[in-house]
Amino acid sequence: MAAKEKVIGGHPGIYATFPRKGGAAPTATHYCPGCGHGILHKLIGEAMAELEIQDRCVVISPVGCAVFAYYYLDCGHVQAAHGRAPAIATGISRAEDDAIVMAYQGDGDLASIGLNETIQAANRGEKLAVFFINNTVYGMTGGQMAPTTLIGEVTATTPAGRDPRDMGYPMHICEILDTLKAPVFIERVSLSDIEHIRKARRAVKKALQIQKDKLGYSFVEFLSPCPTILRMDAQGIAKFINEQMEKEFPLKKFRDRSAEVQPIIRAESDYSKESLDRVFGCTEMQCIEMEKDREFAPKGIKIAGFGGQGVLSMGLALAQAAFGCGRFVSWYPDYGPEQRGGTSNCSVIVSGEPIGSPVVDHPDVLVAFNRPSLEKFAPSVKKGGMIIYESLAGQFEAPEGVKVISVPATQIATDKGAHQAANTAMFGALMQAGNLGLPREAYGNAFRVTFAKKPKLIPKNLDILEAGAQAVKLLEMASKK
Amino acid sequence: MASQLVAGNSAVIVGAMYAGCDCFFGYPITPASEILHEASKFFPKVDRKFVQAESEEAAINMVYGAATAGHRVLAASSGPGMSLKQEGITYIAGAELPCVIVDICRAGPGLGNIGPEQSDYNQACKGGGHGCYNNIVLAPASVQEMCDFTMKAFELAFKYRNPAIVLADGVLGHMVEPLKFPETALEHKIDTTWAVAGKAETRGNLVTSIALNFDEMEQHNYKLQEKYRRIKENEAAWDGYKLDDAKVVLVSYGISSRIARSAVDAARKMGIKAGLFRPITLFPFPEKEIRRLADKGCKFISVEMSNGQMREDIRLYSGCQPVELVCRYGGNLIQLDDIVKKIKEVA
Repeated sequence: MAAKEKVIGGHPGIYATFPRKGGAAPTATHYCPGCGHGILHKLIGEAMAELEIQDRCVVISPVGCAVFAYYYLDCGHVQAAHGRAPAIATGISRAEDDAIVMAYQGDGDLASIGLNETIQAANRGEKLAVFFINNTVYGMTGGQMAPTTLIGEVTATTPAGRDPRDMGYPMHICEILDTLKAPVFIERVSLSDIEHIRKARRAVKKALQIQKDKLGYSFVEFLSPCPTILRMDAQGIAKFINEQMEKEFPLKKFRDRSAEVQPIIRAESDYSKESLDRVFGCTEMQCIEMEKDREFAPKGIKIAGFGGQGVLSMGLALAQAAFGCGRFVSWYPDYGPEQRGGTSNCSVIVSGEPIGSPVVDHPDVLVAFNRPSLEKFAPSVKKGGMIIYESLAGQFEAPEGVKVISVPATQIATDKGAHQAANTAMFGALMQAGNLGLPREAYGNAFRVTFAKKPKLIPKNLDILEAGAQAVKLLEMASKK
Repeated sequence: MASQLVAGNSAVIVGAMYAGCDCFFGYPITPASEILHEASKFFPKVDRKFVQAESEEAAINMVYGAATAGHRVLAASSGPGMSLKQEGITYIAGAELPCVIVDICRAGPGLGNIGPEQSDYNQACKGGGHGCYNNIVLAPASVQEMCDFTMKAFELAFKYRNPAIVLADGVLGHMVEPLKFPETALEHKIDTTWAVAGKAETRGNLVTSIALNFDEMEQHNYKLQEKYRRIKENEAAWDGYKLDDAKVVLVSYGISSRIARSAVDAARKMGIKAGLFRPITLFPFPEKEIRRLADKGCKFISVEMSNGQMREDIRLYSGCQPVELVCRYGGNLIQLDDIVKKIKEVA
């Protein structure tokens, strides 16, 4: 009968009855007699009520016996995967600046499977109160060894007692977190008896006060009784905590920086279209409609060279030139490991119709900035196609049916006082000889977009572009003679 | 209207932000990292929230947190990272939370390499984590669709309170094409009937995927299955190219579908009546349309960069018709000539 059950309902911050739990005892908890969870629930409920923050509170329930914290605590609730509560807390806290988030975690959850999340959230100084229940054992799962199991302690997986030679030593989480800069408050308390619980109550309230004030990360470790799994009676478990656990895990306020830190306030998200258009630069963009044109012969261009020679940016400039004319266009970088290995290449397709694969395997035009690229891609050039290459790559015999043009691009750019702009000279050569079906002015126009952030560079590049074109023109005239 | 040349990975962030997404949590991985970079650049400019997480698991759990608070939240990753995220995704599906995850698929298994593949099909479309659940899966095939489908994914995720995956690959992520920017921007409001956001209106709410009672858990599963049935009924989307008189139907999605489209044109020039069926949603798979084509006597070729993961669905929904496969692995794209050769064999 309900009347005979131990009643904690009616307590501040705790639901009066527990309908989420169901069953025949609507005001009794599911916790074992003597369990620390019931005590800590009361302390949290009290602190929430006293600080008048229940509307703002979200408790993240762990995997373990306290997964059902949402039966009892009168606030918002979310249940977490084992170890992930601090990450979930981060998501809630970043999304809702006024939310007061609590991660309620046991020793396996917090110190084993979720140790990374624990440390990283602390190190970011998330606005989060972590309540760490250390009872030296996995409770709900069946009494296995926890990271905090004492040396020699018998558990389901240390039947001969924890041997540090095989299983390491108990982990001291407060001490680990105390090495970090960001946390505001760290304290270890005990739930063993009335005297200790009074101190624990103050720590809980402090941790939540820090959250109410938006000051940052607070962490409280509770040495907590699990008499059922540890097979002890009420006196035995209190003695175990006071004498054995405390020896390993000394009770201590490790830090309290709440008086010296500033609140962390995050602004509300701006959803307006005006702001988005501004940050993406839409106001400066043109609207270019692509029109189908079956008469326009599609062209595939491969541009290749060393990293730093402007291979990819030349490809983008070409794509921009074609886009500016309303052509269908794609640009695709070879982003493979070569990107890190010093060579790079990209494919550009210009077409009058929607483009299939953006990868150019057999280019109409190959632009090669160095010898390795020339040798690698020259055999793939289409019959009737063209290779434009940097003269510094040396003499090169044309593959059958392929036109070859050697351009002193680096020399041209250097003569104009901008040796790094060899790709612009090459772009001019492509404009002159590439036969891509794009109007001449499209090439120069592309710079207005590609150099939008450095408009001062445009005149110089236009000059080099023309010089590159002129060089090819002279070569062509010479060959005709 | 504004348009600009944009990379696929950048277009994802454009779509997300105009769709009212205000939280991004990610971890670096090639070939998806540019999504993370773009989020770090653009989200803070309009006071939206960005965190580089400590791990893929942490990132997806931050997503779980922001989704719990009712916000529109985005994550992006690639194969190995998606594998790590599966724990979070099954919790999100179980708790019926909306979110969008972009998978820029790379070659596997294991570390594989960073080249494109479509081998995450099963992981995305068949659940991927433990338990009986499904993600909504959209498959873009252009930079424009990387943006548009990310927006659509948010719409569907919130309509059904379900995770939605935009399944792309390394080519789509890195290629640059013209993008028309969205003409509207959504101002997201949280739904206080289910969100847990630290507000008075949400104080009584609970987000969870646990039900210890077997019957209760069974009822929850029935409810989820009924939701997936509604999604199948209402949301299947596809695109056809020269299907009307097609005898040989290429079924292909994403980057492969563009090559398949070129193959259709090449086959038509040879006088073969080929067509392309491109699923836009991979879950739900456009099963009725596949059945209709099968009933017309069409012959199917699945064109995909995987070992026929999608082919199994075509087989199933065509009523166990034979389905040929043209595939490549390891980062290699399917070659036009290989598709044309197979079309000639089948025709």
